[in-house]
Amino acid sequence: MITFMNNSDSEEEPCNERTSLMSAESPPVPSYQDGLQASEAGEAQAHRKRRTGSSRSPNNTADGETSDSGVPVRESSMENEEEELTLKYGAKHVIMLFVPVTLCMIVVVATIKSVRFYTEKNGQLIYTPFTEDTPSVGQRLLNSVLNTIIMISVIVVMTVFLVLLYKYRCYKFIHGWLILSSLMLLFLFTYIYLGEVLKTYNVAMDYPTLILVIWNFGAVGMICIHWKGPLQLQQAYLIMISALMALVFIKYLPEWSAWVILGAISIYDLMAVLCPKGPLRMLVETAQERNEPIFPALIYSSAMMWSVGMAKPDTGARRPSQQTWDAAEDGRENHRSPSHAESQMLETRSPVQTRPITSLEELEEEERGVKLGLGDFIFYSVLVGKAAATASGDWNTTLACFVAILIGLCLTLLLLAVFKKALPALPISITFGLVFYFSTDNLVRPFMDTLASHQLYI
Amino acid sequence: AFFWLVSLLLASLIWFVSVHLSDREDARLQYGLLIFGAAVSVLLQEVFRFAYFKLLKKADEGLATISEDGRSPISLRQMAYVSGLSFGIISGVFSVINILADSVGPGIVGIHGDSPYYFITSAFLTMALVLLHTFWGVIFFDACERRRYWCLGLVVASHLLTSGLTFLNPWYEASLVPIFVITLCTGLWAFVTAGGSFRNILKCLSCEQEDESRVMMYSALQVPFED
Repeated sequence: MITFMNNSDSEEEPCNERTSLMSAESPPVPSYQDGLQASEAGEAQAHRKRRTGSSRSPNNTADGETSDSGVPVRESSMENEEEELTLKYGAKHVIMLFVPVTLCMIVVVATIKSVRFYTEKNGQLIYTPFTEDTPSVGQRLLNSVLNTIIMISVIVVMTVFLVLLYKYRCYKFIHGWLILSSLMLLFLFTYIYLGEVLKTYNVAMDYPTLILVIWNFGAVGMICIHWKGPLQLQQAYLIMISALMALVFIKYLPEWSAWVILGAISIYDLMAVLCPKGPLRMLVETAQERNEPIFPALIYSSAMMWSVGMAKPDTGARRPSQQTWDAAEDGRENHRSPSHAESQMLETRSPVQTRPITSLEELEEEERGVKLGLGDFIFYSVLVGKAAATASGDWNTTLACFVAILIGLCLTLLLLAVFKKALPALPISITFGLVFYFSTDNLVRPFMDTLASHQLYI
Repeated sequence: AFFWLVSLLLASLIWFVSVHLSDREDARLQYGLLIFGAAVSVLLQEVFRFAYFKLLKKADEGLATISEDGRSPISLRQMAYVSGLSFGIISGVFSVINILADSVGPGIVGIHGDSPYYFITSAFLTMALVLLHTFWGVIFFDACERRRYWCLGLVVASHLLTSGLTFLNPWYEASLVPIFVITLCTGLWAFVTAGGSFRNILKCLSCEQEDESRVMMYSALQVPFED
C-alpha cells in the first residue's frame, strides 16, 4: 500500500486547497447613482411584501421621512436592510451547511464502526515516515511532531504551487491535476471501499457487476464535478469524495500524529487565509479579481438559483428554486453581489417570500449560498472519525466532537456574516473539537461510565 | 446541546478531581462522591440553562430590532421548547447510547446478579428524562421571563429529586413510578404555562379553521384614488 501512495501525490491535492469559507457574495458595492435607485434597491432588498408592480412613487413616499436627509441616510437604511437580509439568510445558510457536514461525518463514522479495515494499522503514508511504535513517550511525541512538520510542509508547498499555477494562468495544468486526482478518488478509492464493505458484510459480487457499478459511479462523478450536473448530485459526489479521503487519512495517520496534524493545520489555515500574503487568500482574491469561480472540484457550494424577471411576473409557472448549477461557467459568479446595481429589475419582485418567479426572460440570476472548501469537510470528518475509532468512550466522545464541530461551524458562519470576506473554517471548529475530544475522553467518560453502571441519571 | 455538554464537562472535571484527591479504595466514599458529582452536575445544568436563556434573550432583542415589524421571527416560547428539547436529547443520548451499542452485542443481561430489566428500564428512564428536560425548559424560560423565582426553584428541586430517585435504581417500583408521575405533572404544568387549556385541546382536535384575520388587513389598504 505504501508504494502506490508514493506515486500519487495528487491525492494530497484535494486536502491542500480551500480550507476556507467564503460567502457567495462579494462585498456589495453601493451603487446609488441617484437616490431613487438606492431607495428602490433598499426596498427591494428587504423583500417586503408590497406590490411593487405599480409606479415607483409609493416606494418613495413610504420612505419619505428619510428622503429629505439625502443620500447618506438612504445609505444607512440600505446597509441596515442589507444586514437584515444577511442575517435572515444566515440561518438558512447555516442549515444548508450543517446537512452536508453531518452527512459526511455520518458516512465516515458508520464506516469506521462497521468496516474493520479502516481501523487496522497497515503501514503509514510516505508523508509521515516516523513510526509511533516507540518505547518511550517522549520519543513518540517527538516523532509525531516531526511527522506533522513534514505533512504541513508538503501541504504548504503544494498550495503555493497551486496558487502560482493559478496566478500564471496555467489552467490546463491545474485542470489536468484536478482531473487526475478526482479520477483516482472516484475509481480507485471507491473500488477499495466497496471491496472492504462487501467483505465486512460477506456479500459476494462478481467482477462484471463490479466493473459496471464502479464505471457508472466514477463516470457520472467526473461529469458532475468537473462539468455540469444537477446541484444535489454534485453535492452528493463531493460529500462522498471527502468521506473517502477522510477515511484514507484515518487509516494511515498514526494516532498522536493525527491530533498534532489537526492542530497544526488549523493554525496553518488561519494564517493562510487571513495573512495578506497567505496563499489561500491570494487564491481567493485572484479568483474574485478575475471574476472566475474557483475550481468546482475543490469547493462545496450550497447555492440556490434565483431568477428575477424584468416584466410583469408570470404567475403561471413557479418552479422551485434549486436548478442546475453550472459549476464551470464563469459568468455566473459575477452576480454574487446583491443586485444593487440592477435595482430597476427588482421592481417586480414577487410578494411571495420563498419561491422566486421564473419568468420567461431570465435576465439576471442571483446566487445566494455559502461555499465551504472540501478540505474543511475532510478534516472535520477526520476528527470525528478518529474520535470514533480510538476513543474508548465510544459514542459519547464521537457525539461530543460532532456537536463541538457544528457549533464551531455556526460561529464561523456568524463571523462570515459580520465580516463578509473569506474566512478560515477550520480553526474554531477544530479547536472546539479537540478540546471536547480530550476532555470527554478523559474526564466525562469515567463519570458517565460510573453513573451508568449504577444506572444513575443526571 | 453545546451548553449542556459544557456543563457536563465542568461537572465531570469537578468529580474527577475529587476522586483523584480522595481514597480510591473506600467504596462508600466513592459512592458519596458520585452522589456529590451528580448533584453538582444537576446544578450546573440548570445554571447553563439560565445562561442559555440570557443568550437567547439577547439574540431575541437583536432579531426584533432588525426585523420588519419589530417582532422577532421566533417567539420566546418556541425558543424555550427548542432549548428544552435539545437539552433533553443530548442528555438522553449521552445516557443511553453506550447502553444501546452494548445491547447489540452478544451477552446476557444481569448475569452477575443485577436486574435483568436493565435495558428496558434504561429506555423508559431516558424517555422520561428527555420529556422532563423539555418541560423544564418551557417552565424555566417562562419563569425567568416573568421573574417568578419560586418556579425556578421548583424546577431545580424537581430535577434534583428526579436524579435522586434514580439512585434507588434496582428497586424500580420506587424509582420509575414516581419519576413518571413527576413527568406527567411537569408536563401538565408546562402545558398550562405555555398557554394551553382544555379549550385549546378541544379546538385543536376538532380541526377548526382559524378565522381569516388576514382578510382584514388587506381590506384596510386602499389604493389612492386617482381622479
